[in-house]
Amino acid sequence: MNIVLPIHCLVVNESNQHNVPRGSETHFRVLIVSNKFDSTSLIERHRHINEILNDELKSGVHALAIEAFTPVEWEKSNQQINQSPKCRGGSNR
Amino acid sequence: MSLLSSLVRTIGRVPVARTQFAALFSTSPEWKDKLDKMVSSNKVVVFMKGVPNAPRCGFSNAVTQVLRMHGVDYDAYDVLSDEDLRQAVKDYTNWPTIPQIYINGQFVGGCDIILQMHKTGELIEMLKQIG
Repeated sequence: MNIVLPIHCLVVNESNQHNVPRGSETHFRVLIVSNKFDSTSLIERHRHINEILNDELKSGVHALAIEAFTPVEWEKSNQQINQSPKCRGGSNR
Repeated sequence: MSLLSSLVRTIGRVPVARTQFAALFSTSPEWKDKLDKMVSSNKVVVFMKGVPNAPRCGFSNAVTQVLRMHGVDYDAYDVLSDEDLRQAVKDYTNWPTIPQIYINGQFVGGCDIILQMHKTGELIEMLKQIG
């Protein structure tokens, strides 16, 4: 099988910025740079990643921020992962 | 960490285009009717946590700030005040997270996409087109 790994894959657990117990894995930010994203829209890229993480999103992952780049876009960017905005308390049901 | 390994394991294998059609449309007919009307109740519609003057989530807040910056008149629906709406809109859009932004009845994305479109100038172009 021809498995093309992403060029960059970075996952940040941002749960500590939120009102959740210590050690929680609820709020994440992922950054992916992959050739797979060539000629795809942002929505398609996000849907792709959401689908891969479908099980996680249904079992406790509450927030998922996504940054998805093609290698060319990544080269042109500042090549840094962003930080999520501050929590405003709506995490709890 | 399982999230990272899921991504690395899978990202190379699934063709990106295929995922668009994998949606399981599980919205009830009543909610579908309601949401069809809600998403086109204004040129710009936002499903968010809290209300524009008091967002209860950083991502929802970021979206309201960008729209305010562009002087956009929009309708906002608070999913925290209605648990059924919260689930229904996720199913309707086949998108697991809130906020969700619709322009001219079309889903354009969540917070990350709106911020990205704001940075690239794509958002202002889209807003100009709808007047």
